[in-house]
This record gives sequence, C-alpha cells and structure tokens, in this order.
Amino acid sequence: MKIHEYQAKEVLASYGVPTPKGFPAFSADEAVQKAQELGGDLWVVKAQIHAGGRGKAGGVKLCRNLEDVRSVADRLLGAKLVTHQTGPDGQEVRRLYVESGVDIARELYLGLVLDREQSRVVVMASSEGGVDIETVAAETPELIHKEWIDPRVGLQGFQSRRLAFSLGLSGKSVRSFGKVLSALSKVYEEKDASMVEINPLVITGDGSVVALDAKLTFDGNGLFRHPDIVAYRDLDEEDPLEVRANDLGLNYIKLDGNVGCMVNGAGLAMATMDILQTFGAQPANFLDVGGGATKEMVMEAFKILVEDQVAAIFVNIFGGIMKCDVIAEGIVGAAAEVGLNVPLIVRLAGTNVGKGREILASSGLAITPAASMKDGAQLAAQAVGRA
Amino acid sequence: MAIWVDSNTRLLCQGITGSAGSFHSRQMMAYGTHLVAGVTPGKAGETFDDGVPIFNTVEQAVQETGANTSVVFVPPPFAADAIMEAADSGVKLIVAITEGIPVMDMVRVSTYLQGCDVRLIGPNCPGIITPGACKIGIMPGHIHQPGRVGVVSRSGTLTYEAVGQLSALGIGQSTCVGIGGDPVNGTNFIDTLEAFQNDPDTDAIIMIGEIGGSAEEQAAAFVAERVTKPVVGFIAGATAPPGRRMGHAGAIIAGGKGTAAEKMKALEQHGITVAPTPADMGETLQRVLNERNG
Repeated sequence: MKIHEYQAKEVLASYGVPTPKGFPAFSADEAVQKAQELGGDLWVVKAQIHAGGRGKAGGVKLCRNLEDVRSVADRLLGAKLVTHQTGPDGQEVRRLYVESGVDIARELYLGLVLDREQSRVVVMASSEGGVDIETVAAETPELIHKEWIDPRVGLQGFQSRRLAFSLGLSGKSVRSFGKVLSALSKVYEEKDASMVEINPLVITGDGSVVALDAKLTFDGNGLFRHPDIVAYRDLDEEDPLEVRANDLGLNYIKLDGNVGCMVNGAGLAMATMDILQTFGAQPANFLDVGGGATKEMVMEAFKILVEDQVAAIFVNIFGGIMKCDVIAEGIVGAAAEVGLNVPLIVRLAGTNVGKGREILASSGLAITPAASMKDGAQLAAQAVGRA
Repeated sequence: MAIWVDSNTRLLCQGITGSAGSFHSRQMMAYGTHLVAGVTPGKAGETFDDGVPIFNTVEQAVQETGANTSVVFVPPPFAADAIMEAADSGVKLIVAITEGIPVMDMVRVSTYLQGCDVRLIGPNCPGIITPGACKIGIMPGHIHQPGRVGVVSRSGTLTYEAVGQLSALGIGQSTCVGIGGDPVNGTNFIDTLEAFQNDPDTDAIIMIGEIGGSAEEQAAAFVAERVTKPVVGFIAGATAPPGRRMGHAGAIIAGGKGTAAEKMKALEQHGITVAPTPADMGETLQRVLNERNG
C-alpha cells in the first residue's frame, strides 16, 4: 500500500526523523494560509500523488512569496501530473503539501527494501541524491553502498558509520545520519514496510540531516496489525474498479487491452494474459478470483469485466480448490442479471468440470466453450478480430 | 522413490480444525496420505473425523505419533509462529500452505530456520505431491499420474495446468513441488532441481517461474552447471505491467528488474528449453524427451 509524502513524513517524524516543517493543503487559499503559518520567505509547494518523478513533471515548485504560493497551488490543484510512474494519462492532483524551504548543502540517497536473495532488509545509501536511483544503479553501481540488517539484532551502529563514512560525511553529520538510519530501520520493521526511501536526504549548511522527501510503501500482508497506516489510504489514487474488486477479495488489476480475463490463481492469470498476446489480443485486466471464491464473488467479478466495457471475455479455470460448477453458476447468474452483450469464451478444467460444463450448456446463454487454454485464447482473439 | 515425500511420510496438520485445514486433511487422507496427527492449541484429546488424534503442541504430536512432516494451514497472523514451532519440534519437512504471511515475519522465520535441520516448502504454495504415494497440500490429486517427470513451480494453478498437459499426453510425474509465490520462502528452485537431479526416479524436469526477483536466473545458471537431465521452462508475466503486484506478493517487476523477457533469456542461455506458450509445456517436454531418446 502506498501513502502520500506528507503522511510518510508524519510517520517518520513520530520516529524522530527530522523533516522540514509543513502542512497539507486542499485549496489555494489553504496553501497560502499554511505558508503564512510556516513563516519565513522560502516555501516549497509539492503535489501529493502516489507516484515518483513529481519534480521532473513540474509537481514540486520553490516559491519566494505568497503570490507565488497561490499561483502554483492554483495551477497544480486539479491538474494531471504525468510522470514515468503514472502512465500516459497522468494522475490528478487533489492534495498539496506546503513546506518550509531548506538550506541544502548536499543531497544523498537512502533506501531500505527487501533483498529477496538474502531474505533480509538491505539499506542502500548513495552520494547521488535527488536523482533516480535506478539510473545510478545502472550507470554507476559503485556509488551505491549497502548494509544488510540481521533480523535478530537489528541495524548496528558500525553499519551506519560505515555507510556515513563511505558517503564522505564528517563531524556531527555522522551521528545524525546514524540516528536517522536507525529510526528508518525501526519504521521498516515495526510498520511492516516494503520500501522506505528518502531521496534526497539532505545535509544542511549547518551539518544537520533532514529528510527532504519521503516515500513509504507497506506490505499488504502486514496491514492487519497497522490500523494507523490503513487510515492513510487514499482511494482517489486508486482505480475505482480495482478498489471494488479488492473490497470483494478479488485480485484485479486494470490493463489497457480489450479482452476481459477471469482466471483462478495468479500464475495462471498471468499466463492467460501472455497467451492472449501470443495470439494478437490484448488483456483488459489481470483477475485472479482465488481458490475460495463463492458464486457471489464470481458474479461480482463478471460484472466488473462487463462494466470495464471489454470486447470479449475469456474465462480460464483450472479447478483445484475452486470448483468448476461454482464458476459456472456465477457466470450464468451474472449474465442473467447484467445481460451478456459480448462474446464469452469459457475454458473449464479440473474439479467438477463435467458439472460446470453442463450448467453452462443448459443455461441458454451464447457461451463458446473452449477445449483448452490455447483453444480459448485463439477463440478470444478471433472474437476481437485479432486472429 | 521420488523426492522428499513418499509412502513413508507421516504427516501432521497444524490448523486441522480450521475450515481449510479440515477440508484438505480429508482430501489428503482420501488420496492415501498417512495423516497421523492434528494440532490445534486447546483441543488436545479430541479426534479429527474419529481417527486422527489432536494435540495442543507439535512437540506432543511428534512424540506420540512419530510424525516426520507437518503441513501448515494456520491463518497468516499466527503462521510464522506455527512454522517455527514445527521446526523446533523435530519434523524434517514443513509444508506451509498459508497465503498472506507478512514478509517481515518470513524474514524472521528464514533466519530462525538457519540453525535447524528441517526443510520448509512455501509459504503461499499448493504443496508437494508424489503421485500415487503422498499428497500434501491443496492440489487436485486426480489430475496427477505416477511417472518420471519432476515439476517445480512458483504458481499453483499454472502447475495444475502443466500437470494436466503431461497427464493428457500420458506422461506421469515423479514429484510436483510448489515453492510458493512469496518473496521470502523456504525451498527454492535450486534446492528442488538438485533433488530431482539426484533422484533416480526422475528423468526430466519442468520448471515454472514468474516475474519478480532473480530466482529463475540463478536456477538457470545452476542447471547449466549441475543438471544433466533435460529441463523445460516457462515464465509467466510477459504482459505484466511494471510496478504492480500480480496477485502473488513476489510477482512484481521492481526497478525494471525481474521481467519475464530477462528470465526467459537466462533460461535459454543456460540450455533450458522454454515453452512458447503456457499451453505448450507438456508438448515441449515430450518433444525434448523424444529428441534425447531418438
């Protein structure tokens, strides 16, 4: 789960990480008012969307007077920001963050993620702050320094010092850096984060260490023990169909194609998308109805595909725990309720396949049965004029 | 003989009185698996389906019944604890079916298991089956046939798809192992490939990977170095958008890494035959076997 920068900074501040003073704002008036409250003569107005690359896309602006704050806020709110992470349609800006300006001497990068090979959290630090870390990793990997956290004892002081000195820090910055890093590792562990990224982490003119930006994402599997994090969820940042599907316990991701897919199991769902493309068709979505889906869940899943205005639907089920007759009943029920106005290709295999096929055949619906996954994908591609 | 589970496996089930645990315990027994004990804290003295004794702790279950393997159906918040309890109680194999265990819990489990003489399969996996001898997990038993092809996969239903294709061609399986779709798991591709290589009852291997991480690339390098038996591969997720988790917690292209194209290339470079589509896994294996034998 993603949260906004200002929310991430709230979490970090509660762990003692220094961040610039700032307030969220939902209108240009509010932005000006918050800037006044902050005082000083330098502010940063930042678009709050769940995507990186905001700076390059014009979503982060330095303002030297209150008129600037107002005009930037006016321009950003309601605008669609297109970054390398939003896709071509961009993401609408609905919230701003108004922050005091900071006296920047150096910009560093600090990130914590899971290292899947080591089954441990790895800390990555780089002297190349403020730029895309993936570019640094590709072009100058020697500038990224790493330390792995032993879950039995946590991050140790020597590891922080090693990183600080390899970044060229000195004096009081070394200790401040260590404190910040120690707090970040606690956030990662205690809040079940999946990524903690500070880019840039700033060394100020007087040697203090400040998190100028903050990106936190959380492990969906750990959210059950963090109601405080769940409260940060911003549904405006998510696709409405995806929100509805997730609330129903379905794994659904909207894509750009026009063949709706309903599959059980994540691997088979991905494979179904792949084989559609092999035959020239494009999947409209990833949808894993899971192993324990009920007739009602299948009906709702089917309705989501219909609402997404797909040109054809391909149902590919290999029943294990999932029974083919449950899928068939769900499809027939949903089609009766919302009407079936696009070609529907259904491939059933596995548990209770006979019963499932019988339910479909006797439903009177115009369903094209497929003998295999390949057969089904070809029929679906033909249905949308791609084969 | 197959790998890791056979007719000598004595299984206990953690979470046997839950809905998933009880349903699949019955299915496993119906398949012929020796389910000798169940564990649900607070329910010691009861029996499951009038035949399987239930214990409060895994330790007691092992002492009383000689169980050597545990299958975990415990819900996510308590699953890490259940896996460590099993490891501490002397079983040699733990099969964790539970989906949705927090990653940080598995990071701790993974460290805890380092000092234990035990193999963990999963979590978030369909389990392991040696057709005709022992089924541990949630896979539909009837699609399998005893035979000489080993199957290892990160996915559940895509494994059934591969097995279904093999069985339809009359090609049986020695053992099928689901290693699970989570970013931190126990047994990996390499462990399983090595076991299949050393198993006299396995002639060929199907390896099914997916986007995310680099386990497939490492496995491919291992195959080139150490596996002499033919290996057929498939990678799911060629059409998956970057940055999105495709159902499985571990199936995500992060920072441009872990794409299907990269993985397929690594497989091919190391002598693994990649099936052109997921519908061709069985036929590709048949062709490779015929070429070897012809």
